[in-house]
Amino acid sequence: MSVSGNIAIAGVYEHPTRWAPDKSEFQIMAESAKGALDDAGLTIDDVDGLFAASMSMGMMGTVDLAEYLNLKPNYVDGTNIGGSSFVAHLNHAAAAIHAGMCDVALILYGSTAASNAVAIGTGGIHGTNRDPYASFTGPYGMTTVGSYAMVARLHMDTYGTTSEQLAEIAVATRYHASLNPNAKMRQELSIEDVMGSRVISDPLHLLDCCIISDGGGAIVVTSTERAKDLAKPPVLFLGGGEALAHQEIGQPDLLTVAAKQSGDRAFAMAGVSRDDIDLVMAYDSFTITVLVTIENLGFCKPGEGGDFVSGGRIRLGGELPINLDGGGLSNNHPGMRGIFLVIEATRQLRGESDARQVDGARLALVHGTGGALGTSHSGVTAILGVE
Amino acid sequence: MADEKTNELRHPKVYASWETRAYWEGAGRGELVLQRCRECGTVQHKPRNICASCLGESPESFVASGKGTVYTFTITNQNGQPPFVDHLPYVMGYVALDEGPRVLTHIIGIDPAEVTIGMAVEVDFQDQERDDGEQFAVPRFRPV
Repeated sequence: MSVSGNIAIAGVYEHPTRWAPDKSEFQIMAESAKGALDDAGLTIDDVDGLFAASMSMGMMGTVDLAEYLNLKPNYVDGTNIGGSSFVAHLNHAAAAIHAGMCDVALILYGSTAASNAVAIGTGGIHGTNRDPYASFTGPYGMTTVGSYAMVARLHMDTYGTTSEQLAEIAVATRYHASLNPNAKMRQELSIEDVMGSRVISDPLHLLDCCIISDGGGAIVVTSTERAKDLAKPPVLFLGGGEALAHQEIGQPDLLTVAAKQSGDRAFAMAGVSRDDIDLVMAYDSFTITVLVTIENLGFCKPGEGGDFVSGGRIRLGGELPINLDGGGLSNNHPGMRGIFLVIEATRQLRGESDARQVDGARLALVHGTGGALGTSHSGVTAILGVE
Repeated sequence: MADEKTNELRHPKVYASWETRAYWEGAGRGELVLQRCRECGTVQHKPRNICASCLGESPESFVASGKGTVYTFTITNQNGQPPFVDHLPYVMGYVALDEGPRVLTHIIGIDPAEVTIGMAVEVDFQDQERDDGEQFAVPRFRPV
């Protein structure tokens, strides 16, 4: 019996907060756990697998979290590979449940990045880090946005991609946010608005960058057999894959990202084709992230991403709607947003997404990116569906 | 010069391990040092004490030409951390060395708006002012 189709998402919850100076990361996770368990029709006593990551959890982080929740799980996974971690947790939970290592997995995330004034994109990375390998980037003023901007510049130079095409992604995503009452930024944008916003790290403008918010979420995963008896229709885990991309021994192709490797594995496991996918939730730290992700996932050829995202094709009602909750660009971005990709895909497949619902959505692809595309990053893909 | 503020930037101190020391010491002598495997001949960067292609032990250091071309870059207008916050904008990018590997660096000695991918550049070293006795320098690149 394959893992594909036999593991399901039974409950999800996106914490509505975007600004929570009065809450801790763990409190946001606990409130999210309650929400997702209620959604599934389960209680905390049913949970025997704990999966979590955050920007501050390090060694012993999951143990501290288990104490906060007074949980004694049979299975623990604190994989932290950046913003994609929660998609990895979903894949790992599927494997663990399928292998009989646990029955009900709870995936948690919480962050107070905004109220703690964390400069996620422009604060500099590796700047004061005494890690000897960080000395190859930190002393040059590497930033997260700068790392992605180098990929954008290379894409433009290689394929003729334009800033206007990248802006199309920001505009479509903001349109989706305008349909989401919980989104932080809901006022619609034009291409001109994006192009007119200040350049943070050339060629990326302010409105090519994700916002910074507080927030969190939770996902409950169990066997499809058990999920069928729970409160909501099961959303099936059909395929998954993960990959790491880095500087290798000095000559990586910066336009071939982890999504290529993880996506191919996920499609092979799910046994579906690109044409079958009704919607994509792709980590949008920056507009360029979406563009290279969809190219590497095989929705278009390398270099065709600029045309692919233009003309309303990735908007609700278009050929391949992307990031229907408004994404990190406009809904929320507390630093590691992979969990929200899975949550919105689940809501879409259940038909719960109200004004931004993709009609008849049956297959969704989720792709999380963690780290920085131009230096080193992780990519995790999951394909979800309903019967 | 339009990048005067970038040229004035004093790069933060680098930290060396036994595996990376030859690179920074080489820079301190005005040499760009790469590694080549004694067994399979593969050139690698960043330095490590194994060959990451064949797991051969003890790759050897050699002095590279210091010449290459700009692979990609970004003009950074926003970075809140010192010292960069006072030296904006700066051009950060990868230079593809003639020997193959790319190094992350700054492109200096040119108006940022004039930098292009494929531009020929050569290395230039900024000595570090340190009180720990280390003679390290940071490689940057300028147009040939």
